[in-house]
Amino acid sequence: MSYDKLIFEVSKVGHIAYNLPPLDVDDIQLEDVIPDELLRHTELNLPEVSEVEVIRHYTNLSYKNYSVDKGFYPLGSCTMKYNPKVNEDIANFKEFTNIHPLQSENTVQGALKLMYDLQEMLKEITGMDWISLQPAAGAHGELTGMMIIKAYFEDIGEYNRKKIIVPDSAHGTNPASAATAGFDVIEIKSGSDGLIDMEALKSVLGDDVAGLMLTNPNTLGLFEKNIIEIAKLVHDAGGLLYYDGANMNANMGITRPGDMGFDVVHINLHKTFATPHGGGGPGSGPVGVKGNLVDFLPVPVVGKNDDTYYFNYDLPNTIGKVRSFYGNFNVMVKAYAYILSMGAEGLKTASSLAVLNANYVKEKLKEYYELPFDAICKHEFVFSGLKNKKNDVTTLDVAKRLIDYGFHPPTIYFPLIVDSALMIEPTETENKETLDEFIEAMKAIAKEAEENPEILKTAPHNTPVRRLDEVKAARNPIVKANV
Amino acid sequence: MKILEGLYYSKNHEWVKVEGDKAYVGITDFAQHSLGDIVYAELPEIDTVLNAGDTLGTVESVKAASDVYCPISGKVVEVNQSVADDPSLLNSDPYENWMICIEMTDKGELEQLMSPGEYREFCN
Amino acid sequence: MHKYIPASKAEQIEMLESVNAKSIEDLFVDIPEDIRLKRELNISGPLSEAELIKSIKELTKDIKTTDELICFLGAGVYDHFIPSVVKHVVSKPEFYTAYTPYQPEISQGTLQAIFEYQTMICNLTGMDISNASMYDGATACSEAAKMASNAINRKKVLVSSSLNPEVKKVLHTYMRFSSIELIEIDDLDGTVNLELLKSSLDSDTAAFIVQNPNFFGIIEDLEDVEEMVHKNGSLLIMYVEPISLSILKTPGEIGADIAVGDGQPLGNSLNFGGPHLGFMATTKKLMRKLPGRIIGETNDVDGKRGYVLTLQAREQHIRREKATSNICTNHSLNALTAAIYMTALGKKGIKEVALQCFKKSHYAFQQLIKTSKFKPLFDKPFFMEFAVVCNGKSVDDINNVLLDNGIIGGYNLEKDYKKYKNAALLCVTEKRTKAEIDKLVSIMGGVVDEL
Repeated sequence: MSYDKLIFEVSKVGHIAYNLPPLDVDDIQLEDVIPDELLRHTELNLPEVSEVEVIRHYTNLSYKNYSVDKGFYPLGSCTMKYNPKVNEDIANFKEFTNIHPLQSENTVQGALKLMYDLQEMLKEITGMDWISLQPAAGAHGELTGMMIIKAYFEDIGEYNRKKIIVPDSAHGTNPASAATAGFDVIEIKSGSDGLIDMEALKSVLGDDVAGLMLTNPNTLGLFEKNIIEIAKLVHDAGGLLYYDGANMNANMGITRPGDMGFDVVHINLHKTFATPHGGGGPGSGPVGVKGNLVDFLPVPVVGKNDDTYYFNYDLPNTIGKVRSFYGNFNVMVKAYAYILSMGAEGLKTASSLAVLNANYVKEKLKEYYELPFDAICKHEFVFSGLKNKKNDVTTLDVAKRLIDYGFHPPTIYFPLIVDSALMIEPTETENKETLDEFIEAMKAIAKEAEENPEILKTAPHNTPVRRLDEVKAARNPIVKANV
Repeated sequence: MKILEGLYYSKNHEWVKVEGDKAYVGITDFAQHSLGDIVYAELPEIDTVLNAGDTLGTVESVKAASDVYCPISGKVVEVNQSVADDPSLLNSDPYENWMICIEMTDKGELEQLMSPGEYREFCN
Repeated sequence: MHKYIPASKAEQIEMLESVNAKSIEDLFVDIPEDIRLKRELNISGPLSEAELIKSIKELTKDIKTTDELICFLGAGVYDHFIPSVVKHVVSKPEFYTAYTPYQPEISQGTLQAIFEYQTMICNLTGMDISNASMYDGATACSEAAKMASNAINRKKVLVSSSLNPEVKKVLHTYMRFSSIELIEIDDLDGTVNLELLKSSLDSDTAAFIVQNPNFFGIIEDLEDVEEMVHKNGSLLIMYVEPISLSILKTPGEIGADIAVGDGQPLGNSLNFGGPHLGFMATTKKLMRKLPGRIIGETNDVDGKRGYVLTLQAREQHIRREKATSNICTNHSLNALTAAIYMTALGKKGIKEVALQCFKKSHYAFQQLIKTSKFKPLFDKPFFMEFAVVCNGKSVDDINNVLLDNGIIGGYNLEKDYKKYKNAALLCVTEKRTKAEIDKLVSIMGGVVDEL
C-alpha cells in the first residue's frame, strides 16, 4: 500500500502525542496579564496526532527517500560519501548537544578544545594560516571569503577593485556569493581543454580586479595544472585568489590550496569530511586565510593560552559576525571525529581512491557516453550525454532511467559549459562491485536508448511518484497545504 | 521558427511593433522556444521611463530566467496584464501577446534594430 | 586498509590496469611537482573506533551540560524539552544521509516533510509563504533586510535596538557589504521609541526590523509601528520566537511583510549555538523575492500528487549573480526537526508549552521581586524572559555564585546596553520546576547581600 497522506490529513481532533508535567507554580491567566490586543486571535492549525501516528507518518515518508545508506549516490560536486555512524553517536553526546552558546567559557573547555584542534587540522590540510569555523555552509563560506577580500581592499585603500573573475564552469554560488558581497562579476570562458584560458584571464586582469574564484580540481574534474602561473598573474595584478573547496576530496594529503597560491579558501565539512548532507543541510563551510587576511576573519575564532581555550574577539579588521555564535558546532564534531579516525594516511588514501574510482568509471563508460575532455580526471568527471544521440533521448531520460536500476542519478546539466552534462562523482567509499553494477546499468541504458527509447522517456517506473509537472508547480505555486 | 513581417527585432530577441508614436514590445518565437514553458513574466509599472537597453522585465521558465530588454526608449503607457496572469500566452503566441506598450521618445532608435530578414539571418 | 574505504589492494591493481595506470601516482601526474605535498600531513590518528570514542569522551569531561546545570539563560537559544520521537525520526538515515531533493521521484520523503514544515511555519506566523529554511535567525533576518531593500529599491534599513544583539551583529555585517545603511532606533523604556522611529523613517527607508517578544522579553504593541512603517511605503520585518506565536499576536495579524526568526526552540538541541535553523515567511505579494529553496505541490504524469523544488529561477544555480541570495545548502534536517516537533506537540501542545513558559517565568519574576532585592527593569508585559536590576551588584558576580551552586544565571544586559547597568535577563522555560526556580530565587536573594 502506498502511503500518500499529508500529516494534516492524518490529524484528528483530540489526538495528542505529547505530555507535560503538571504546572507546579501558581496558575495565572494569560488574559489577566497580557492585553487582549497583544494576543493571537487566529486559529492555530497544527496537526493533532498521537505518537504512533507521528512515527508512522514520518517512517512512511522516509521510505520515499533515496539515501547514501540505501545505495550508490554519484552526485557530482556533492561528494556523497558514506557518513560514519560512530560520528553520529559522538555528535549526540549530551556534552555536545546540551550546552548553551552563552555558558561561561570555563564550563565548555572541551568544546573549545575540539574547535581549536579542528582549526589546527584544517590549517594543516589546506595549508592556510588561520581558520574560522563560523560559516554555515559552502556558499556561506564563499560569501565570508568575498567579504574578507572586499574589506581587505577597502582597508588598503584600493576601492576600485570591484570585480571578481569567475570561470564559466563555476558553481552558481560563486557568482552569487561575489555579488552578495558587493562585487561585480566577470565571467571568463574556459579553454578548449576545459581549463582556465590564460589569455582570457590576462585580458580581464587589471587594477579594478579584486580576485579570481576557482575550484581546483575544477567542476569538470580536471586539475588546473597552470595554477602556479594563474596565481602569479592574479597576484601580479594586485588581486587575490579564492579557493572553492567543494572539490577538496581529490586533494587531501596530495596538494594544498595554500601551496597552490590561494589566499582564501572554504571547505565543505559536509562533503570532504563525511558529515551527512541532511537532505539539504546543515553543512559547515569553514574559511581559511593567509597572512594579514587573518585580521579580517569573522569573530570569534578560538584561541589558546597555555592550557586554556577562549573565544578571541580581538581581530582588528574583522568583518564582524556572519552568523550567530560560533558556527554549526555539532557538524564540526562529526568532521573532527572523521579526521581523527582517518589520520593523515587515511585522508590521503581517501583522496587517492576517490580519484581511482572516478577514472575507473570514466574509462569503462567513455565508449558509450560522450567524454568531451578525455584526460585523467580527479575525483569526478563529466560526460556530455550519450555517445549516440539519435532517438531524441536526453540526459534527463538517462538520469531518470538510472533510478529504475536502483541508483541515484549523477548531477545533470551542470557544469553549464558542457551540453547535456552528466557529472559523476563515485567517492572512495564505494566498492568495486557497486561501481561495476553502475557501469553495467549505464551501458544497458545506452543500449536501451538505441533499441527502446520509450522506456527511458517514461522512466522512472517504480518510484512513489513518476515524473512531476514542474511547470504547473511554478505557474500556479501551491507552497502550503490547505489546512 | 516564426518571424513576422512588419516588425523590428533586437539582438536580445525582442520584437517592436510601431503604431504612430507608440510601440508594442514582446519576445520573439525564437526566445520563447529557447526558454521552454514560461512560468512567470514580470512586467514594469505603468509610467516607468526606460532607455533603450534597460531591463523591462523578466521571463522565467522552470530551468532558466531571462531579462527582457527594452529595445527603444520611452515611457511605459500600458502593460499586458493577461500575460502577467497567464505567462503561457508568451509560448502559445508570442507576437499576439505583447508585454508592454511604450510611448517612444526617439523613433530614430528603430533604425538600430533589425528587419525580419536580418533577424532571420541573425538567428541562423 | 580502512573500514570506510572498501577497495582491497588486489581490486586497486585491477582498477588501475583498467585505466592504464601503473600506480595511484600516475593519476596525479597533472599536478605540478612544485605544489605536491612531499610529506605526510601532520595530523594525529588514525584512531580505532574504541580509541576515538575514548579520546573524545576525554574532551567531554570538563564540559558542564544543561542536564547538570539548571539553565535560566535564554537570549535567543532556549532550553525546552524535546520529546523522544523527534530524535528518533531525524536519526533515520533515509533523511539525514540524503542530499538536497534535486531528483523529486526519489526524494518525496524530504520534499513532503518540508512542504508540511512550510505549511506549519505559515500557520504559526500567519504569513502566506515560507521558504524551506535558512542557516539561523540572524542570517534569516539579514536576508530579510536585503530582500526588502531589493523589493522596493530603497537603501536604508531601520532596526530597533531591542533586536537580539547577536542578530544585530550579523545584520551589520550583511548590510555593510550590501551597501544598505543600517540605523539603530534606540528603545524607550524597553520598547520601540515611536517618536524616534517616526523621525527616522524617510523616502529611502526600505524596512523597519522589530523583535517580538523583544530581546528584553517584552511583548511589543506594534499597531502604531505597523501603521507608521506602511504609511511611509516601507516594509515591516518582524523577528519572532516560534513558541510564543501560539499565543501572541502573529506577524500576519499585525500586518508584517516578512517574518523571520530562529527555529531552535522547535525541537532543536542547544548544540552550543548551531546548527539551528532560520525560518522566513512572507506575503504572497513578495513571494518571488523570497530567498532560499521553496517546495511546491504538483502532480506526476499519472496525476498523482507530489512535491518539487519550485520557483527555482530565483536561485543561484539558475540566476547566478542575479539570484535573490547566494544560499544553496540550507538547514533542511533542522527544519525537519522543527516539523516533527510541531507535529508531536501539535495544536494544543505548543500552546501548553508557551503557557507554561509564561506562567513559570511570571512566578520566578514575582518571587525575585518579593525578595525586595531586585527591581523590574521595565514595567511591561513579557512572555518568558524578563529583566531585573540587581541593586548595585554586578550580574557577572551573581552569575559566578550561581554557577558554583549549579545554576546558569541570566544574560548580562550591560554587555550590549550600557544604559542598563546591573541588569540580568532571565529565562524560564517549561522545563524548569518550582523547586529549581525557588533555588534560583533563594541563591540570588542571598548573594546580593553577600557580594
